[in-house]
Amino acid sequence: MKDMNEGWVTADGRKIGGVLMELRNITLKFGGVTAIKDISFDIRDGEIRAIIGPNGAGKSSMLNVISGFYVPTEGSVWFKGYQRGPMKPYQVAQLGIARTFQNIALFDGMSVLDNIMTGRLTLMKSGLFSQAFWWGGASREEEAHREKVEKIIDFLEIQNIRKTPVGRLPYGLKKRVELARALAAEPKILLLDEPMAGMNVEEKEDMCRFILDVNDEFGTTIVLIEHDMGVVMDLSDRVVVMDYGKKIGDGPPEEVRSNQAVIDAYLGVAHD
Amino acid sequence: MFYREAGDFKTSYREDNQTFPIRFDRMGFYAALAVAYGVIPLVIDDYWANAVFVPFLIYAIAAIGLNILVGYAGQVSLGTGGFMAVGAYAVYKLMTAFPDVPVFIHVLLAGGITAAVGVLFGLPSLRIKGFYLAVATLAAQFFLVWLFNKVPWFYNYSASGQITAPDRSMFGVFVTGAQTSATAKYMFCLILLTLVALVARNLTRGTIGRKWMAIRDMDIAAEIIGVNPLTTKITAFAVSSFFIGIAGALFFSVYLGAAEVGEAFGINKSFLILFMVIIGGLGSIFGSFAGAAFLVLLPVFLKNVLVGGLGWPTDLAAHIELMIVGGLIIVFLIAEPHGLAQLWRVAKEKLRLWPFPH
Repeated sequence: MKDMNEGWVTADGRKIGGVLMELRNITLKFGGVTAIKDISFDIRDGEIRAIIGPNGAGKSSMLNVISGFYVPTEGSVWFKGYQRGPMKPYQVAQLGIARTFQNIALFDGMSVLDNIMTGRLTLMKSGLFSQAFWWGGASREEEAHREKVEKIIDFLEIQNIRKTPVGRLPYGLKKRVELARALAAEPKILLLDEPMAGMNVEEKEDMCRFILDVNDEFGTTIVLIEHDMGVVMDLSDRVVVMDYGKKIGDGPPEEVRSNQAVIDAYLGVAHD
Repeated sequence: MFYREAGDFKTSYREDNQTFPIRFDRMGFYAALAVAYGVIPLVIDDYWANAVFVPFLIYAIAAIGLNILVGYAGQVSLGTGGFMAVGAYAVYKLMTAFPDVPVFIHVLLAGGITAAVGVLFGLPSLRIKGFYLAVATLAAQFFLVWLFNKVPWFYNYSASGQITAPDRSMFGVFVTGAQTSATAKYMFCLILLTLVALVARNLTRGTIGRKWMAIRDMDIAAEIIGVNPLTTKITAFAVSSFFIGIAGALFFSVYLGAAEVGEAFGINKSFLILFMVIIGGLGSIFGSFAGAAFLVLLPVFLKNVLVGGLGWPTDLAAHIELMIVGGLIIVFLIAEPHGLAQLWRVAKEKLRLWPFPH
């Protein structure tokens, strides 16, 4: 077992740091339905953390708790050593937590460039009057952020569709633009909700490469939900397994793979 | 062959980001500005000013204002007439209370007052959306008209209940009142329209514009990437109402000269401006101009052709105008929801490849 306080170095030489976010005894109820039951786990600086589980296990709800979209009924979320009070989703975004959605949530009426620029809204500060007359501040700020966004565009290889309205793009590219928008915010934690869903093999390989590159180059901590086990086992440093709202496994991929509870949850088990 | 982006290399993000990236468009824009400022003021007469240019300029301001709210921020409003009335009564009270202050300042202040009222009626937008918000703003429309009718303080206790614009001049030239020349009316409105259009363009291309469009396209996703829905919607209402208030102030003080609130700023006005925005193109500054031009010119055109040319009775021509506008709205909503601006964009895209489309 690894030392849980110090962090460690992975086989491919990446450094995993201390605890960045900790979820303590999270319970989430919708009326009489309990979506998440008393789950605790932590997310470490620089790691790729996967959340897996069968359909309806509460993975997306968990992600929504992390992103502040749902406020947990019980339990607390600790970020960078402080307990996070009840916050609005846009305040969580300002803390440096960005996410993508299972079913793409891009702004269809805007171009790819504008969509990615929206990712930097939390970092842009110029006021109403400066913008109204496009004097120094606003114009300079726009260019500075444009430069950062162009780097991400290069990084994700979407230069040629920069000015295309998002509504016209095919599915795989939309997913990539959504990732770009999330990256543009320069997040500490990036939440990916099924980034490979509905993709073919090549698109999945591209996406895996991007996720690894993001983690490697920007040092972004990544939390992902994914159904493709091959992807999860290859990419992630540690895996949380959920079933019926409960945590049934937590650890490195190889450990989770051999966990009997996990195998039962996925393959089903005969009840006598 | 002349409408090309080839050879026009952009070497900085500023150049890439400009409003008219194609040189021919830029030239066209400057030419239009030159004609508007240099030629029309010299040749304009009272008929052209009152029938075409002044209403076009004022409605264009109002349409830009409404387009920011409906087209960019996605918040439907039927209260435009009411907000224009706020601008008109604000400028009237200001002009009568402070006769020495230039009327230009009054018009801007009237816009500011309308912005405050707009924010007040925009607050419900945080909770209600779509049709329900439209009904809430409809309530604003009827309430404001009722208010200006009911409280004599607003029309300075005049016996007729009307407000009448006093004579005011700037730099020795009358801009309001009966002695105003056609050129002065035109120039006053044109300068304000230029300012409004510039500000609107700058706001919509920057951070605030992106926030508005994000809220319009998908409000939940917008909130998750860090857009505060309250302040974003409220700024949209404020900026939109500011422009609409300016339009209302000009409509009363420069164009009409005297106004009765129910007649000049009734529900019909709200619909007229909404139609301008729909026909012109939601979410487009150019569309606001196109829609305003279209709906101002159509009646003039029909009147000249049907009544002047074919000798039909006036009332028949007026009814045909209503039918045409109604039909056009339906056609546009079904066939081209992005209006004239989209037709213009498509035409330009085709022109860029013409005559070799492959």
